[in-house]
Amino acid sequence: MLLEMAAEGDPDRVVLGSHDAGITASDLLERSRRAAIYFEKSGAEVVGYFGLNEDTLPVALFGAALAGIPFAPLNYRAPDEQLRGILGRVAGGIMIADDQEVDRLNGIGATNVLTKAEFAAAIAEPVTGEHPFVDPEEIAVLLFTSGTTSEPKAAILRPRHLVSYIISSVEFLGCEPTEAQLICVPSYHIAGIAAVLSSLYAGRRIMYLPAFEAGSWVQLAADEHVTHAMVVPTMLGRILNAIEETNTELPSLRHLSYGGGRMPLELVERTLTDMPHIDLVNAYGLTETSSTIAMLTPDEHREAFASEDPVIRARLGSVGRPLPALEVEVRDIDDAPVAPGEKGEIWVRGEQVAGEYVGNNVLTDDGWFRTRDAGSFDEHGFLYVDGRLDDVIVRGAENISPGEIEEVLMLHTAVAEAAVIGIPDAEWGEAVAAVVVLHPNGEVTEVDLQVWVKERLRSTKMPGVVAFRDELPYSPTGKLLRRVLRDELSASGS
Amino acid sequence: MAIQLKAGARLRSAVDACEVVVVKAPADPVDLRCGGHPFLPADAEPASETIVDGFEGGTQLGKRYSDDELGLELLCTKAGEGAISVGETILAVKGAKPLPASD
Repeated sequence: MLLEMAAEGDPDRVVLGSHDAGITASDLLERSRRAAIYFEKSGAEVVGYFGLNEDTLPVALFGAALAGIPFAPLNYRAPDEQLRGILGRVAGGIMIADDQEVDRLNGIGATNVLTKAEFAAAIAEPVTGEHPFVDPEEIAVLLFTSGTTSEPKAAILRPRHLVSYIISSVEFLGCEPTEAQLICVPSYHIAGIAAVLSSLYAGRRIMYLPAFEAGSWVQLAADEHVTHAMVVPTMLGRILNAIEETNTELPSLRHLSYGGGRMPLELVERTLTDMPHIDLVNAYGLTETSSTIAMLTPDEHREAFASEDPVIRARLGSVGRPLPALEVEVRDIDDAPVAPGEKGEIWVRGEQVAGEYVGNNVLTDDGWFRTRDAGSFDEHGFLYVDGRLDDVIVRGAENISPGEIEEVLMLHTAVAEAAVIGIPDAEWGEAVAAVVVLHPNGEVTEVDLQVWVKERLRSTKMPGVVAFRDELPYSPTGKLLRRVLRDELSASGS
Repeated sequence: MAIQLKAGARLRSAVDACEVVVVKAPADPVDLRCGGHPFLPADAEPASETIVDGFEGGTQLGKRYSDDELGLELLCTKAGEGAISVGETILAVKGAKPLPASD
């Protein structure tokens, strides 16, 4: 529906790719229709996408939507073992993959794997007829979250959630034809999907940077006169460095939104200082809420940055205020709303809130979703997010489950107990740290254990720090007191 | 003629090319019209009624039309020349302040 409207409203506007050689709205609709018919004929129950961001992605996304088939972008950085489980849950589907991933996928049990070139060839022929609008109750997108345990959960987003989010937060064709959005967040992240939908609905041309690298980002932004971009905390620091090092000017760039994890305050201040003309938006949202639920606007950034009032100044570290179409509350452990200034869990309710996993709808009877994020409101309604209640480590924009790393550490013969926690990190927001207790005769070094984890999981899950202790702190009921360890390690800086 | 609306339902005008999607539906049936004539289900045969005097003004693609008191909101997915009304009351374009881009 969103794509049809864009194609109806301004069919010849370039919506994807470079200004001169990109794909127009009517072109994208045509390709998506062909894809829809191809998917329908294939009998696929789900359309998987396994690879970097490219123009194929929106075609597959809208094609699957038109065909009423769930679209499942998968994390190509996940290790084989985890992927095997996920592939089992998208069986009966087809998988569009980057060339270099095909062998890997086939080796771990994927079926009906198609390269992007094969997919393009399959939809080369024109088709006739129109598809009806998407049924708002179908499953539009399946996103595998890292979850609180190591087993990823498949979050469901239906067209009604995504459409509610878009039409309540984006003005249809509300932007100028010169605007261009650079997308560098991966497609398996909710922001990667939401960016496609909101850019298209706003009429903003999408430019993909397939894999993030700060130098390429700056180059592409300059070459393509990019006006808008969304970045995660880790990217922003590197981009600022690259701009400085290469002495590049980005006169077109005027809007940067960020989210996906805690942004170090010093980075926000540096951006406001280095590039005062740029509008900054801090967006807070979750997969289960169809992206953004609260934002700190450009004006609020500037007001806070200029203010000497500590309360207003502190807002630079907030996620701003909830979107008007939503209700957000902070509640205590008895689920009762707390007063401003008091901490609790963040709850949200609204049309865009899905709160559903495969086989499990977790909305309350009256429609509230508990985010599992800790936070508080100030007296003016600005929301502060403290982090995951569940201790998931957010490194860059990647959610890392401590349990998975702990399990691997415990596999080492020298290790008796292991705890993995996130500690504050200027570059990544949070860094992975491990605290281990060795067996009486066990001998192993920090580096040994780092290599041990890296070999079995992946480099982003390797603890940057491994500390050795005689015992781990537990509560009287036997629960590991991660907070104690976090405080110790954060304080010692080791 | 009052009809029961459901969020997500699609309707077409009997007088022009206008099509809408129901975003928010009131609990009770409403007399929803376009160009002075009742809306039809989206899959109905196109009708060729003419716009009733006083119900011109048109609809704009991508605009939301609402009556907050009724709890009614529509999104125009195809534009037309007739105005949308509940009974004799023409609906206004929902004038929400656009939000800055966030993703």
